[in-house]
Amino acid sequence: MMTVRALVAALALCLAAASQAGSRLLATGGANSIEGQAGGGITPWAVISGYGDLGEWGGALGLSRVSVDDFQLDTQSASLGFDNRLEFSVSRQDLEVEPLGLAIRQDVFGAKVRLAGDFIYGSAPQLTAGLQYKRNRDMAVPQALGAARDSGTDLYLAVGKLWLNEALGRNVFANGSLRWTAAHQTGLLGFAEQRELVAELSAGLFIDRHWVIGAEYRQKPNGLQAVAEDDWADIFLGWFPNTRVAAVLAWTELGDIAGLEDQSGWYLSIQLSQ
Amino acid sequence: MSNALKVLLACTLLAGGCAQSVQSPQSLYAELGGQAGIDRIVDGLLWEIAEDAEIRALFADTDIQRFRNKLAEQLCAVSDGPCVYTGDSMRETHRHLAVTSAQFNRLVDDLIRVMERERIATGAQNALLQRLAAMRGDIVAE
Repeated sequence: MMTVRALVAALALCLAAASQAGSRLLATGGANSIEGQAGGGITPWAVISGYGDLGEWGGALGLSRVSVDDFQLDTQSASLGFDNRLEFSVSRQDLEVEPLGLAIRQDVFGAKVRLAGDFIYGSAPQLTAGLQYKRNRDMAVPQALGAARDSGTDLYLAVGKLWLNEALGRNVFANGSLRWTAAHQTGLLGFAEQRELVAELSAGLFIDRHWVIGAEYRQKPNGLQAVAEDDWADIFLGWFPNTRVAAVLAWTELGDIAGLEDQSGWYLSIQLSQ
Repeated sequence: MSNALKVLLACTLLAGGCAQSVQSPQSLYAELGGQAGIDRIVDGLLWEIAEDAEIRALFADTDIQRFRNKLAEQLCAVSDGPCVYTGDSMRETHRHLAVTSAQFNRLVDDLIRVMERERIATGAQNALLQRLAAMRGDIVAE
């Protein structure tokens, strides 16, 4: 627990020490997602966190809350981007299981590398490879539900592209990812022995350069015998007043979680970035 | 899908419909305010460049009056206005400058802020940016 908090603080200091704001265009660093990496809300995207361009640092500090019928998930995250190529992140998730009056905590350590392309310029999309090492700290409930492991590593490939002046005179973007994961409910209910391949898709439209609307879909494994796991979806509204702060509000549909049916509710994240 | 999600989805689609109905059939040149509007954008951009230490150095050896005239002519031509660009090619003018990706993005950001100040419609801003972004390969030294 202390190590993650210390890492978040250290990354925050690195961020504060970066000499000046990054040069990349507004909103091109996305927002810190629930697993701490730059993305939307429920999925990581191909973009690198913050506004660092080639030869520059950037990054973000994020807080998010998902509040659905029987659960509340809080995430604190810190991410660093360098050279618009590498991203490192740490995050702490606290899931409150309200009917049981207990909490499940998980740490997520992330890394990402941009392999090719650019999110805006040129015809090739931005291609990124990423990983998320996850460590569940409260395995009583996951073990009772049949989870085999308390940690796991997700691997993914993501492609993202923004098209200027694409529809209705507006800029439009899309992101698609293939994830290889053994996690039950992103790891909050533990991990299986075997990984499987799942897909994630996001798309959005910039109303102007400060406001963006969009939707995300995240396919999930369904590996626990005892309880069903459903795919996740959300629709979101993002606000980027400047490169220093951003906020995302979303309505999420998370389906069945740990035997509690049809979980839906609000998602809110705020972040500081540069 | 819950009712709340359907309602939000409907709102999203409605918002898109509104954006479409206010689009005008004008040429991009007219949407930028014609030559007077383009001249204001160019002058605004010159002030932004002068205040931006990261890109100001690129213009150290530039004849500012000539640059001002040629940029206005180029924006006029690019936006389908009644001009022919008579300046040097983008590749030729940037060949010795070693323009970085960061400097290019900063100039784009400066241009966007000038267009916002001039109250250029978002669709016209995006259309101009799309046409200028296509020149990036000739400007940025990879």
